[in-house]
Amino acid sequence: MARWQADVQTRLGSFELDVSLEGDAQPLAVAGPNGSGKTTLLRAIAGAVPVARAHVTIGKTVLESTEPGIHVPIERRRVGYVPQGYGLFPHLTVLENVEFGLTTGSDRSPAETRRTRALGMLTELDCQPLANRRVDRLSGGEQQRVALARALVLEPDLLLLDEPLAALDATRRRAVRHFLAERLRTFGRPSIIVTHDVRDVVALNANIVVLDEGRVVQQGSLASLQQAPANDFIAEFVGAG
Amino acid sequence: MARPTRRSPLTGLGTLFGVTLVGLLVLPFLALAISTPIGDLSEGAAHPLFVPALLLSLRTTLMSLIVIVVLGTPLAWWLASSHSRAARVTEVLVDLPIVIPPAVVGVALLQTFGRQGLLGPVLGAAGISVPFTESAVVLAQVVVSAPFFIQAAANAFRKVEPDMLIVARTLGAAPPMAFLRVAVPIALPGLLVGASLAWARALGEFGATLLFAGNMPGRTQTMPLAIFSALESDVRLAVVFSLVLAAVGVVLLLAVRFAPALRQTVGRSA
Repeated sequence: MARWQADVQTRLGSFELDVSLEGDAQPLAVAGPNGSGKTTLLRAIAGAVPVARAHVTIGKTVLESTEPGIHVPIERRRVGYVPQGYGLFPHLTVLENVEFGLTTGSDRSPAETRRTRALGMLTELDCQPLANRRVDRLSGGEQQRVALARALVLEPDLLLLDEPLAALDATRRRAVRHFLAERLRTFGRPSIIVTHDVRDVVALNANIVVLDEGRVVQQGSLASLQQAPANDFIAEFVGAG
Repeated sequence: MARPTRRSPLTGLGTLFGVTLVGLLVLPFLALAISTPIGDLSEGAAHPLFVPALLLSLRTTLMSLIVIVVLGTPLAWWLASSHSRAARVTEVLVDLPIVIPPAVVGVALLQTFGRQGLLGPVLGAAGISVPFTESAVVLAQVVVSAPFFIQAAANAFRKVEPDMLIVARTLGAAPPMAFLRVAVPIALPGLLVGASLAWARALGEFGATLLFAGNMPGRTQTMPLAIFSALESDVRLAVVFSLVLAAVGVVLLLAVRFAPALRQTVGRSA
């Protein structure tokens, strides 16, 4: 089972992030108040923000280590990223979005093979009928599935999801939450999910880390946080007391 | 039931002002169109000044557009994505030619590239003479019209969400590929509008060209300069030349206004 580790220290303006995390294939839910550094953390792990000091590994692969000066560029990290709002490319169709990652690397497989892989992933995620649709014509739930298909088709070593359910209405959220939990179980590799909803933690059977002002305030299982929440935010989040 | 709205006297006055201004904008072009008999058009097109000036205008504006797009696209991207003070200062510098009269730009170009200018000795030593050549026409057009493209392109690039580029990179695209395959297509409607505006501005350029490149038929005489020359000898000829230039402007305007909508319609039906 692949273990991962992310020690990240970075400063963006007056905001400072200093976080040490580790985990395995069990999903990790990242919670915290707005501005606590959740999105910055995901971007730092992805390699999208400059870091002052960092040590990021997945299995035996070192992605970032400031001491020996290792920095694997984003495009070679094999880290999947689904941002808030999903970041689908509006000028491409659903199929072209999913195919995008298969056309960027040195592995130039034939167009037919790429198409088959992308369609296969869309079928797995029940999105095959959407293949030729424009992405701005999709519902929030459909966009989320397509974004997930686009990330998963490359079989990343680590999946980063930034509030994957936030853009959905309450009724869609429940269905998509169970779908996401199912997909991550099938994925079977490490994933980090930013969330504001403890129901996501339950559905994903995730461990939790809570950030505040760029620091880890508490981490552990849902039960341990419910038993002894470190502050009011965590008590509110896990529904303790 | 909807209540009938009472028109205020101010609304009436505002309408009158608006109609007056629109009239002032449109009336000269209407006068230009109706004052030209069809016969004059063919006569004007056959005039020895017409074809060389038109070809020179098309050739030089195409050249200046290529220079502006190639040099201006990366600059616009930097202006849109950088939060540095240098970017904000550069943005102001880029706008300078918009607020400075073209005649002043012409003099400034002479002071830069002329024999006695800032770069004159260096260019002279290399055997290069810029003023009063076709290169001078292109240079004048680049300086006065580049800000229109850079401004529009920077605004278009600001609409590209940074997250999309991060996603493109996590999907294996190196920065240049992410820029070309994600940022440019998303910003394309704005880039086209900017390019059209810059081209239109270059096509109509007069003052800077006259001072820096002169008004030599077949060599540096563009369409606006040909109109100026024709006006001295034959007003009817000047009207015909003007009409052709106005027609090109109208086509450009329609392209700018309707191309994005057309693109969306085509995209939707595809």
